[in-house]
Amino acid sequence: MPHALKRSLIYGALIIWTVIALFPIFWTFSTTFKVAKDVQLGHIIPWVDFKPAWLGLRAIGLSPDTIFTESTPRAEFVKRFWNSIQASFGASFLALIVGSMAAYGLSRFQYRWKIWKNNDISFFFLSQLILPPVVLAMPFLVLYKELALLDSMLGLILIYALSVLPIVIWIMKDQFDTIPQELEQAAMVDGCSVWGAFLLIILPIALPGMVAAFILSVILCWNEYFFAALLTSTNAKTLPVMVASQTGSQGISWWSMAALSSAAILPLIIIGVFLERYIVKGLTTGSVK
Amino acid sequence: MTTQAIDGTGHDAVSAVVSPERRRLGSLLIRSATLLLALITIGQTLYAYGITSIGFANWMPILVAYVLWSAALCVGLILRDGEAGWRALFVLPAILFTVALVIFPTFFGLFIAFSDWNLQSAGGRSFNGLDNFYQLIADEYFWNALLNMVFYVATVLVQYAIAFGLALLLNADIKAQKFFRVAFLLPFMLSPVAVSWMIGKSMLEFRFGPVTNLLRFFGWENPSLLTTPWLAKSTIALMDAWVWIPFMMILILAGLQALSKEVQEAAKVDGATGWQGFWEITFPLMLPVSVTTVVLRIIFQLKLADIVINTTAGGPGGATDTISSYIFRVYKDRSNVGYGTMIAEVYLILIIIFVALLLKFTSKYMQRDA
Repeated sequence: MPHALKRSLIYGALIIWTVIALFPIFWTFSTTFKVAKDVQLGHIIPWVDFKPAWLGLRAIGLSPDTIFTESTPRAEFVKRFWNSIQASFGASFLALIVGSMAAYGLSRFQYRWKIWKNNDISFFFLSQLILPPVVLAMPFLVLYKELALLDSMLGLILIYALSVLPIVIWIMKDQFDTIPQELEQAAMVDGCSVWGAFLLIILPIALPGMVAAFILSVILCWNEYFFAALLTSTNAKTLPVMVASQTGSQGISWWSMAALSSAAILPLIIIGVFLERYIVKGLTTGSVK
Repeated sequence: MTTQAIDGTGHDAVSAVVSPERRRLGSLLIRSATLLLALITIGQTLYAYGITSIGFANWMPILVAYVLWSAALCVGLILRDGEAGWRALFVLPAILFTVALVIFPTFFGLFIAFSDWNLQSAGGRSFNGLDNFYQLIADEYFWNALLNMVFYVATVLVQYAIAFGLALLLNADIKAQKFFRVAFLLPFMLSPVAVSWMIGKSMLEFRFGPVTNLLRFFGWENPSLLTTPWLAKSTIALMDAWVWIPFMMILILAGLQALSKEVQEAAKVDGATGWQGFWEITFPLMLPVSVTTVVLRIIFQLKLADIVINTTAGGPGGATDTISSYIFRVYKDRSNVGYGTMIAEVYLILIIIFVALLLKFTSKYMQRDA
């Protein structure tokens, strides 16, 4: 095959897949600025097919003419957005702290508890990945009701932290394994305690891994829908649940649906564009050696 | 729960000297905290069943007691075992956290699974033995959902093939590699709910969706993507592929980049055509990464729910149901946690067996045991 033809085939395939990957995102953002007529006629290209309107942003109180006025939809949207931030950051912090500690312990010490050794403990954590959320969903519903944690931010944070904990441990253990043990040994000779060495020497070195684990956790928690839909209602409802409950009596207002969806995906697109390196680092941990 | 120490015998074998008084104090702290937790729990259980009249309004204090007990356990271990206790402190929080939030609810789920329990009705829980299980055996929707899961898991192989192709493209000597990598990765990061609505319900909309319009343009008169059962299932599979192909692609790309340059050159020259070089050199070398990727992906696929719930809610007629979406529907429609939990627990047992077999047959191809 001639070189030029081969290259154009490669670029052709790359561009086709770029369109497949990006068009839905473009569609989401552009639909925010459509009026009913544009949606129903299937218009695609702004300024050519249709004239952008502020309809979608007005529906959540963020258009230029509503942004400085009181707006109930905006208050609702901001609350859900804030809930999502709290849930994803809170859970990721919790998982990162607890998970990093466990990963460090498993990476450095030999534990033995009855017949359980390090490998069993590691497997115990990782096996949680297999557990589908649906198995925990109903028991949590009942337990949370009894614990008065239903529809509370704390309840959501706990269960999100649980769901990302195996991933954090997986990434962090891999990270700690690459740091030579001589570093802490030297520190301990200088009079550092185990925890002192961990906090002062090792954690700063493991920072890239922690960032990767944290970002991946935030992404997963931010997008989580299943538990949020079951365990929250008026108070702790997150953005995905708000998006999913947008069907009104007059059918779907696509522009406001698109505006909410855009708000739900925009933060992650920004993270993806600027922190792609860390996401790839987190995803590929352990699978490639 | 036993409170035996987790012995940490470290690489440098620090033999900590702990005085007998401190050791006794530690043991005492652990024992008394355990006793206190047990007493509070028993007391609250008796109160909940109406046997005694003193108790808390809800079970929140028990959770607080568990947290305090965990703290006491950590402090007690440090007092009792010294250095080994300090080391145990690294893993203990994660273990206690996971036990409280996974092990306990899973077993509690078994208790719910054998009950008739409608959360909306005032009647509360009533034990109904194996009724839920018999209902499950006779439930066509359950078996249908299970079959659908087989289909969805099988589509992972197709996703893998596409992901491998994309990874090869990205690994080729191209310009703007970073741009294409980020663009290809983005679908993976989007909220499944937004994807369901903006792709599943908007772009595939029968009258105005750009995808249906495109299909009409190509001469398909009646592209009823989400109302014909087999089409709906395939459409869900395509959307799922759109979201998850980037994940596999990134793993495979990392594998490709880890191959040594000589190997890649060898695959190109040596008289072999690109196709031959791929099958004889690249693909066998990539087998461990491939198997790991596919196994991980299958494990995630078993949880497939959000896209189905939001796009078709399992319809038409259960054609797109996954086990998770079916349970979600059972709960939303009938508020019966008993039956839903029975399905979930049976599903858990099935996938534990499935994943164990999968790992058994694939682990020899993987670089690391998962």
